Amino acid sequence: MRYLPLSQSDREQMLAKIGVDHIDDLFRDVPPAALLEEPVTLPTHMSEMALDRDFRSMAGKNTAAGSVPFFCGAGAYRHYVPSTVDHLIQRGEFLTAYTPYQPEISQGTLQALYEFQSQVAQITGMDVANASMYDGSTACGEAVLMARRASRKKKAILSGGLHPQYLEVVKSATKFTDDALVINPTSRHSVEDLVDQIDDETSCVVVQNPDFFGNLQDYSTLAEALHAQNALLIVVVTEVVSLGAVRSPGSMGADIVAAEGQSIGNGLTFGGPYVGLLATRQKFVRTMPGRVCGETVDADGKRGFVLTLSTREQHIRREKATSNICTNAGLCTLAFTIHMTLLGEKGFRHLARLNHAKAVKLADKIKTIDGVEVINDSFFNEFTVSLSCSAAQVVEDLAEMGVLGGVPLSRLYPKDPDMKNKLLVAVTETVSDADMDRLVSALKGLVE
Amino acid sequence: MTTYYSEDHEWITVEGNIGTVGITDYAQNALGDIVFVEVPEVGNDHDKGDEIAVVESVKAASEIYAPVGGEIVAINEKLAEEPDLVNVHPETDGWFYKVTLCDKAELDDLMNAEAYKSFTDGLE
Repeated sequence: MRYLPLSQSDREQMLAKIGVDHIDDLFRDVPPAALLEEPVTLPTHMSEMALDRDFRSMAGKNTAAGSVPFFCGAGAYRHYVPSTVDHLIQRGEFLTAYTPYQPEISQGTLQALYEFQSQVAQITGMDVANASMYDGSTACGEAVLMARRASRKKKAILSGGLHPQYLEVVKSATKFTDDALVINPTSRHSVEDLVDQIDDETSCVVVQNPDFFGNLQDYSTLAEALHAQNALLIVVVTEVVSLGAVRSPGSMGADIVAAEGQSIGNGLTFGGPYVGLLATRQKFVRTMPGRVCGETVDADGKRGFVLTLSTREQHIRREKATSNICTNAGLCTLAFTIHMTLLGEKGFRHLARLNHAKAVKLADKIKTIDGVEVINDSFFNEFTVSLSCSAAQVVEDLAEMGVLGGVPLSRLYPKDPDMKNKLLVAVTETVSDADMDRLVSALKGLVE
Repeated sequence: MTTYYSEDHEWITVEGNIGTVGITDYAQNALGDIVFVEVPEVGNDHDKGDEIAVVESVKAASEIYAPVGGEIVAINEKLAEEPDLVNVHPETDGWFYKVTLCDKAELDDLMNAEAYKSFTDGLE
């Protein structure tokens, strides 16, 4: 069988049929500047060994997270992933990115999803979780749409503490619906500020905990104010390890939790694929997007697993489906489940405490530098530092010195002059005392 | 008090200006075990033919179309806990909602019990 099924005469016939002279005419909407005029100059062939050497030398131009002291977070966190995780997810029985199309014959996959849901419900303090979403930001977008279905109202209020990229995803998700978004500036994120904005048209308030700048808040009174108006509290969590140490969104009265699960079991991998967590209360389960795996018994009374509530999904309900999410980040979900199982409840809590303790240690060291201030009232493993000069420049200079010192907030808020000197610093269990000392001494040299 | 039937298998019993709406025995039989009913909210103002409720059985989720236009004045709260009322008593305790009719002439397009029976006989 030929690999390319069309012959030249097939192509000519097809072009003639639609009245086009040349195949390039089909690409005329692409701006000329974006089109290649001739093939890219590449070697025609190369030995495997030479290719390997070339790619290694190209890859060597990156400063990889694991190779230097590393303090970047802002929604993606470098944690230690035990080698067991990679080994187990690559077993032939598990290695697929998809939830299966004929799911019930894959009992192992379904059981893993069931365990995943149980873990997510437990750490978020919610009744029920789905079998995962694409990532935290799309889970957040889905949560806003879900709140509209559940409340039958259209006004979503977004806290200024929400990750700016999550905000962009919510904007995209609601671009062609008639939902009204109330977008708060970064200065408006307190419970009091948000309670003041709730009215009888409000579907939900979206907050993040810890927020984008690392601060923690108790959102219980916000939940009460929302429930009095039949509206929902959505709590976003971008650093899921925090749930091992801080009060769960469920215990604060959250109605939907949308979280990024990358921290557990998954590497940074240039920003994806990641795994979104979405959990809610029992009463909203039918407005929840995505798949749900349930436990049942078969005809002989033996324990088994099934996909449930599928009648609301798009393969059955088509355009009237609850959501158009049709698959999930299955392999990332599995990695999450295996890592979480290896940690156990005790290990997860210990990991969270370790992260916090290291962050406190670094914050204390940073505070001793002249002209540098930690501006958080509270934090888990990430905090905002105010410098006396441009944070973007400091980060560049630190990188030259072999330290990835954090995320300059001007990168995410390029138009906000208040962000120019602010640096977001994350500390996980992978940071050693020596790493902290490298950062502190380098920072001293640059700003003092 | 008169009951009317639609070709979409809804029934409506009218008393004064208030209609009570549900799905017929024929419909519940075709859908199978009903596990969830999504009813509209009180105050909802709609036209005849609008999608007004969703019935979810183990097989599928199906829309229910309003047999007449009007404003919802009551919903059957019991269905939240006992959706199987629709299977057991589809045309009595398994009612979905009550509506204030905006135009009684809309009832003229519907069938009486006898006509509906011959309509469903023709479907089998």
